[in-house]
Amino acid sequence: MTDSTAVSEGTEAGAPRPPLKVVRVSVPERSVRHDLRAVKIVLHRELIRFWRDKLRMVSGLIQPVLWLLVMGTGLSNLMTSGGGSGPGGEVDLKTFIFPGVCAMSVMFTAMFSAGSIVWDREFGFLREMLVAPVSRSAIVVGKCFGGALVATLQGAVIVLLAGLAGVPYDPVLLLELLGLMFVGAFALTGFGVMMAARIKSMQSFFGLMQMAMMPMMFLSGALYPLNGLPTWLTVLTRFNPLTYAVDPLRQAVFSHLDVSPALERTFNPGVSWGDWIVPVWLEVVIVFAMGVGLMGVAILEFRRAD
Amino acid sequence: MPDGGPAVEVDGLVKRFGDVEAVRGIEFSVAAGEIFGFLGPNGAGKSTTINMLCTLLRPTSGRARVAGHDVVSERDDVRRRIGLVFQDPTLDGYLSGEQNLRFHAELYGVPRSVTADRIAQVLEMVGLWDRRRDRVQTYSGGMKRRLEIARGLLHSPRVLFLDEPTVGLDPQTRASIWDYIRQLKEAEEITIFMTTHYMDEAEYCDRIAIMDSGGIVALDTPEALKAGVGKDRVQIRTADDEAAIVALKDGFGLEATVAEGAVTFSVASGEAFVPRLFAELGVPIVSVSVSRPSLDDVFMSFTGSTIRDAEASASDWMRMAMRGRGGR
Repeated sequence: MTDSTAVSEGTEAGAPRPPLKVVRVSVPERSVRHDLRAVKIVLHRELIRFWRDKLRMVSGLIQPVLWLLVMGTGLSNLMTSGGGSGPGGEVDLKTFIFPGVCAMSVMFTAMFSAGSIVWDREFGFLREMLVAPVSRSAIVVGKCFGGALVATLQGAVIVLLAGLAGVPYDPVLLLELLGLMFVGAFALTGFGVMMAARIKSMQSFFGLMQMAMMPMMFLSGALYPLNGLPTWLTVLTRFNPLTYAVDPLRQAVFSHLDVSPALERTFNPGVSWGDWIVPVWLEVVIVFAMGVGLMGVAILEFRRAD
Repeated sequence: MPDGGPAVEVDGLVKRFGDVEAVRGIEFSVAAGEIFGFLGPNGAGKSTTINMLCTLLRPTSGRARVAGHDVVSERDDVRRRIGLVFQDPTLDGYLSGEQNLRFHAELYGVPRSVTADRIAQVLEMVGLWDRRRDRVQTYSGGMKRRLEIARGLLHSPRVLFLDEPTVGLDPQTRASIWDYIRQLKEAEEITIFMTTHYMDEAEYCDRIAIMDSGGIVALDTPEALKAGVGKDRVQIRTADDEAAIVALKDGFGLEATVAEGAVTFSVASGEAFVPRLFAELGVPIVSVSVSRPSLDDVFMSFTGSTIRDAEASASDWMRMAMRGRGGR
């Protein structure tokens, strides 16, 4: 027989029935290798399900496209008519919004992936995972990375729309964007999985997520630049984790554009703590560390749920 | 591999949920290779017991060893050696049957070199080989249950736990599931531990334990249990049940109850008793039926009600509470 490793893999159609013989299996002691296999298969399942659910992929596109084309176009119209040769002059608002839209779409997909734990619980599949002789961490880690990967794939579809927003198709830029999206998605999936460990119904999970995501999105700089805001709003945005996921994306996009320093200051001011501009690497570290931390909490919660 | 000891050994097992004592210090052991059944109405504590044996619930006190390992201190050792088929489905409907099994194989660390063969074998055993690439969503209830049984067997467990394996299935499908279970026992040298509240299914077991409100009230082979009753069951429908019950007690010294809408009592050699009954009861009788002892009677003689009546009165909230806990 074949030694196939992939879940989705099948043999050729109409394969002959195998002879019925008793194959005895012995399950090995728990080991790191075994846990890694578990991580891999949990992750693999996320991918299969994402791939099979084409509708989800398409519906995940609608919201970003609306933001980009409808809101982006509408608002840039407002800016040109109101400000004449104002700051909107050279940079299309769509271009400004693009990194924010990427972040948003990744965020929603990541949350959905995390929500699948609640779904699994409702449909019983979580039980199949929790009674297996593997560590809970393997399952949580698999879910987090699987969710992040799925969200990044969805993000890749958005990235392909870059041209519509006047963002150049530079392979380096695209890779940068994907990498940054993965880190952000990882943190958000961690957050979602942590919540899903406690929440028992789909309705309350999505209700709660909606409640958490809207303010996070509005306070993240996805839709407007974060400079010159009133103090209270400035403080709130600096405490919002999503801020540090959106800014690196925008920095990446602007570094591949040719814009005047004045425009750059208006549209891409970076994130500052007081007078200090937070460097991109630190932002990425913050987001990643948060992801690891949230995943850690999720693991503890699933361990305790025994 | 098998070390000759009992497959399941339980000693003074107790589970308390708050003030409710769901399992009250039960004790039994199951020999390797047996089909052992837990019979009782919903809420009797069957699922709670099985969940403790499967390491899903921590006992409040007492000890249990499954496949030679303690369910609390050697949890993973137990988990590697048992297969589980739950009362509620635990399949991923978006994956194909084969993918569900593949997922299980990876999660249980089944060696890659034998995975494909083993999957083919269990699929063949439950007659799902031809449907292996279809999404589980498209399977019927019976097929899903068969797939779950196949999955429970995939890692060659020593003990297979089946919690109400046929609940909610039509009689034909139930019969076919039982065919598979019996074939399986022969092919796999496995111990099967199951719960059921269908009397006719309990007949298939080598031994059964009757459970009622958290305790084991009887434990033996089905034949021995039935022989132990020694009486036939008589059910009569009368114009006035109350009067009939009083008349039976006063005139014949028989304890009768109303079960399934008929006055029911047990008496030695029932057929010979019926003519006397008509002559001496004094309450008009509409119909009468006499039956040889069945497991129903066994159940009734130990618990004082038929399983269906016990079912109806079993507190539903208790079941819900347990499901809620089991779902974690």
